[in-house]
Amino acid sequence: MTLETLLLLAAALFSTGLFGALTQQSVVMLMMGLELMLGGLIVAAAAVWHHIAPANADGQVLIVLAVTVMAVEMAVGFAVVTALFRAREIDMTDMAAELKE
Amino acid sequence: MLDHALFWALAVLAAAAGVMVFRFDSMARATYALLTSLLSAGGVVMLLGLDYLGVVILLMMIIEMALMAVFMVMYMMNPAGLMPMSMLHNTKGAAVLCGTLFAALAAGILLAPWPARRGRPPADPTHDLGMSLMGPHMLTMMTLGMALFATIVGTVVLATRRGRYDRFGDDLTARRPDDPLPGGGRR
Repeated sequence: MTLETLLLLAAALFSTGLFGALTQQSVVMLMMGLELMLGGLIVAAAAVWHHIAPANADGQVLIVLAVTVMAVEMAVGFAVVTALFRAREIDMTDMAAELKE
Repeated sequence: MLDHALFWALAVLAAAAGVMVFRFDSMARATYALLTSLLSAGGVVMLLGLDYLGVVILLMMIIEMALMAVFMVMYMMNPAGLMPMSMLHNTKGAAVLCGTLFAALAAGILLAPWPARRGRPPADPTHDLGMSLMGPHMLTMMTLGMALFATIVGTVVLATRRGRYDRFGDDLTARRPDDPLPGGGRR
C-alpha cells in the first residue's frame, strides 16, 4: 500500500474513465466515465493525505470536494438528458450535434 | 499484512470493474460494474484511515447508482442487454490518448521524488476534517453549499416540462412554438 501503487490505481481509474467519456455515445454511459475519473481523483487525494501530509486536513477536504462534484455532475447531467429527451427524444451525444452550431 | 491483501484485492477489483463498465453489453451490468469499482475505491479510502469519508463514499455511490439505474431504464434503448449493443465513436483515437495519458502518469508517479511523510495522522481524522471545514476551509464549505443550491435550481429549471401554454401562448394562438430549441412540432 505504498504511495506509488495507490497513485497507479488512481491513474488507471482516471484513464479508464477518460476512455469511456471519450468513446461512449450514450450520454448516461459518458457520465459513468466521468464518475470513474472522479473516483480516481478520490483515491489519489486519499493516498496523498495518508502518505504525504496526514497532519493536515487539506487532502480530506479535497475528497469532500470530489464527492460533491460527483453529486452535482450526476444531477446536472440527468437534468440535461431530461431536457434533451423532452426536446428531441434522443439520448446520444452525436444526435445532439446541432448544439455545436 | 491483512491490510495489504485487502488493498490488493480492492485495487484489482476497482480497476477490473472500471474496465468492465465499458465492455459489458448491458446497461444494468455496466451500472453494477461501476458501483463495484467505486465501492472498492471507497474501501481503499477506508483502508487509508479515512473511515468517515469512506462510509460517505460507499453510501453515496449506492444511492447514485440506484438513481442511475432508474434513469437508464427511462432513457436507454437497451437497459437489459437483450441485444448486443455497441455505441462507441472514435475508439482508436481515444485508446491511444488514454494509453499515452496512463503511461505519462505512471512515469511521473514512479519517477517523481515524492516528499517524505510529514506529521502523523490525528487520532480522529474526522474531527480534524470537521474543524478544518468549519475553520480555515470555511470558504470551501460555503462555495460547495452555493454550488449545490445552484444545482438544485438549475436541475429543476432544466427538467421542468414546457407545456403547450408555454409554447403557443396563453390562448394557444401562436403559429410557431416558442421553444428554446427550434424544430419541435405541434403536439
